Amino acid sequence: MRTQNLKFLGVLAGALMALSLPASSAELIGDAEKGEIIFRQCSGCHEVGRGAQNRIGPELNRIFGRRAAAEKDGFYYSKGLQRMGADGLVWEFETLDAYLENPKALVTGTRMNFRGMKKPQDRADVLAYLRQFSDMPQNIPESSPTARAPEVELSPEVFALVGDPEYGEYLGSECQTCHQVNGDNAGIPSIVGWPEEDFVIAMHAYKRKIRPHPVMQMMAGRLTEEEIAALAAYFKGLQ
Amino acid sequence: MTLNRRTFIGTGIATAAVLNAPMLRAQTKPRVVVIGGGAGGATAARYLANDSKGALDVTLVEANPIYTTCFFSNLYLGGFREFESLQHGYDKLAAGGVTVINDLATGVDRAAKTVTLAGGQVLAYDRLVLSPGIDFVEGSVPGWSVDTHAEIMPHAYKAGPQTQLLKAQIEAMPQGGTFAMIAPPNPYRCPPGPYERISMVAWTLSKMNPTAKILLVDPKEKYSKQGLFEDGWMRHYPGMIERIGPDFGGNNVEVRPDAMEVVIDGAVQKVDVCNVIPGQMAGKIAAIAGVTDDKGWAPVLPDTMKSKMDENVYVLGDSSAQGDMPKSGFSANSQAKVAAMAIRGELTGSKVFPAKYSNTCWSLLAADDGVKVGASYEPTPEKIGSTDTFISQNGEDAALRKQTYEESIGWYAGITADMFG
Ligand SMILES: Cc1cc2nc3c(=O)[nH]c(=O)nc-3n(C[C@H](O)[C@H](O)[C@H](O)COP(=O)(O)OP(=O)(O)OC[C@H]3O[C@@H](n4cnc5c(N)ncnc54)[C@H](O)[C@@H]3O)c2cc1C
Ligand code: HEC
Ligand code: HEC
Repeated sequence: MRTQNLKFLGVLAGALMALSLPASSAELIGDAEKGEIIFRQCSGCHEVGRGAQNRIGPELNRIFGRRAAAEKDGFYYSKGLQRMGADGLVWEFETLDAYLENPKALVTGTRMNFRGMKKPQDRADVLAYLRQFSDMPQNIPESSPTARAPEVELSPEVFALVGDPEYGEYLGSECQTCHQVNGDNAGIPSIVGWPEEDFVIAMHAYKRKIRPHPVMQMMAGRLTEEEIAALAAYFKGLQ
Repeated sequence: MTLNRRTFIGTGIATAAVLNAPMLRAQTKPRVVVIGGGAGGATAARYLANDSKGALDVTLVEANPIYTTCFFSNLYLGGFREFESLQHGYDKLAAGGVTVINDLATGVDRAAKTVTLAGGQVLAYDRLVLSPGIDFVEGSVPGWSVDTHAEIMPHAYKAGPQTQLLKAQIEAMPQGGTFAMIAPPNPYRCPPGPYERISMVAWTLSKMNPTAKILLVDPKEKYSKQGLFEDGWMRHYPGMIERIGPDFGGNNVEVRPDAMEVVIDGAVQKVDVCNVIPGQMAGKIAAIAGVTDDKGWAPVLPDTMKSKMDENVYVLGDSSAQGDMPKSGFSANSQAKVAAMAIRGELTGSKVFPAKYSNTCWSLLAADDGVKVGASYEPTPEKIGSTDTFISQNGEDAALRKQTYEESIGWYAGITADMFG
């Protein structure tokens, strides 16, 4: 019994070491609680939340994913913002961030009489607050993201793992929801047993959006060169 | 150990090994019990057994001997799939080293780390994985209760006999009759599911009963792929489908199963078939285990799917409250791989890599007219956040829509192989 416990402790120690790797990498677009306070700079003109109405500025419910100048109760917009809306400007994190930083730089002739918010963190926080009043991805998967992926760059700890076949195996498990390891290719092509070079070229073509498939562009888009190499080696070995 | 009291389905490799090996050895293996053999649970059990190469004792407890996928069950309603093609057994999982027990889990004692089954058996665990899917919120649609009315007004939101019943009812509708659906409030499994179902029912009716009407009663203002569905319905089924959203009383509805009536904002409507999809919560065993919150879902840590309430318990799939991932089979399968890796890391010391999650949901609008929506997700310190999304566009050409449909068939083959071996 005693040896057994000791053995178990050893296992646990190993587990703790393994888990001390940086586990979460993405971050939310900002701190919504701080953003609620920052929103006081907007609330003289804008309402948001249940029952919000147009005031000096339009109500801001569902602003994420909304086309510019498209508040549905007929807010009277400036010609400049209307033109941007017609051109296809959609409010997402990046466009909102640019508008709040300097409204007139993004939209010539906008009626929003706000000098702009210089601190990126303040803008991120107020946008995180506003994001809560738009559709959430768990209900509407296509709605705007709530988090920002880190630049695809590996931390040193993970970098050391890249040549590791176990890493290729783990990364490859994500692909097997669609690509079968037995090489079946009905509807979705087989990716086992490819020459590594061809595999890498195909993945880079998706990553750079030269190959046009949205699923694969997304899958490849968040992989680093090293991860793609690990996958190429893994799937080659499965032949 | 109470090995002789277990009911085995098939004889797994690990099972045989355990039976032949001396008892002591069997006890030193860390034990993982998985409750629920669906998209999350079957995947987790398979990856735990495969990747640990016999170092873990993996037991899967599943109430039904055969799993019927909800995914593609709408295609069965549209006549694009045979019912049998949705059904999967557990033999290959058992052959791959998972001990499969066909019984209902009725109790979890987290202090003693045991699970009790309806048959009386008690299983001890070092780690418990819960992936029991959903249950329905009683009273969510006034006038309807799952125990008394599901045979008259089916939900067909857990696939199986309910799905067959709904199909039979649709086929027996009188010419020019009315099919009604009461769509669920957020959050629920498979955000586009009810609307894909409307498309498939419309497809069937447009062939067999072209003057029939479809009434979609919806408490939600907006839903997933709305623009794609509405465009598809206009092109394929003009004039057949009417949606009553919350502005017109879609959030104030009552049903009268005995009279086959639906009351929308006080106005009584006679219908021939009524598909009631009620509000949802985590599978009951999650609440019994005491890992759910006041909204009825089980909060988990975003980088591992570990319960926030107990470090020895993991919750996957529909039952979990993780953040941005929709409740889908794809999500559950993706989460299961992350959890399996984390559990192996804890119990065997194997390496743990940063979590990556993704999801894609395909929907069929009509023959060869497929659309999809997808996203990638990563853990943030607070929740699983979405980092990138895509969706099919209106006006895509027919060849692309056909290819999208064919892709979904490939995905079905892929994910079921990934779950069941
Ligand atoms: C109509 C419809 C269409 C869908 N289409 C898609 C789609 O196209 N793509 C997609 O990705 N998803 C789709 N889904 C969603 C998908 O089916 C679910 O999200 C997925 O099955 C969730 O996996 P899970 O492991 O959480 O639960 P489930 O797959 O439901 O598995 C739970 C299992 O646990 C068992 N169980 C529960 N309690 C106990 C207990 N106490 N003891 C023993 N066993 C127990 C149940 O019998 C069941 O087998 C659809 C759903 C519906 C209803
Ligand atoms: C002095 C009043 C005022 C303040 C302060 C103000 N806004 Fe505005 N805002 C407006 C007006 C007016 C418009 C319409 C602009 C136009 O038509 O060109 C507008 C437009 C917008 C839009 C575009 C809406 C749409 O429907 O396209 C957004 C987003 C927005 N404001 C966000 C903010 C945020 C966030 C803040 C606080 C950081 C803020 N505004 C502060 C008056 C204001
Ligand atoms: C959601 C389903 C899905 C997932 C998950 C997925 N793929 Fe794909 N993959 C596809 C589809 C569909 C195609 C065909 C795309 C096209 O037409 O260009 C494809 C194509 C490919 C190709 C090119 C095949 C060829 O014949 O040109 C490669 C290589 C590939 N995928 C690798 C991967 C890898 C590696 C992963 C995991 C990191 C992955 N895929 C995950 C669906 C998927």
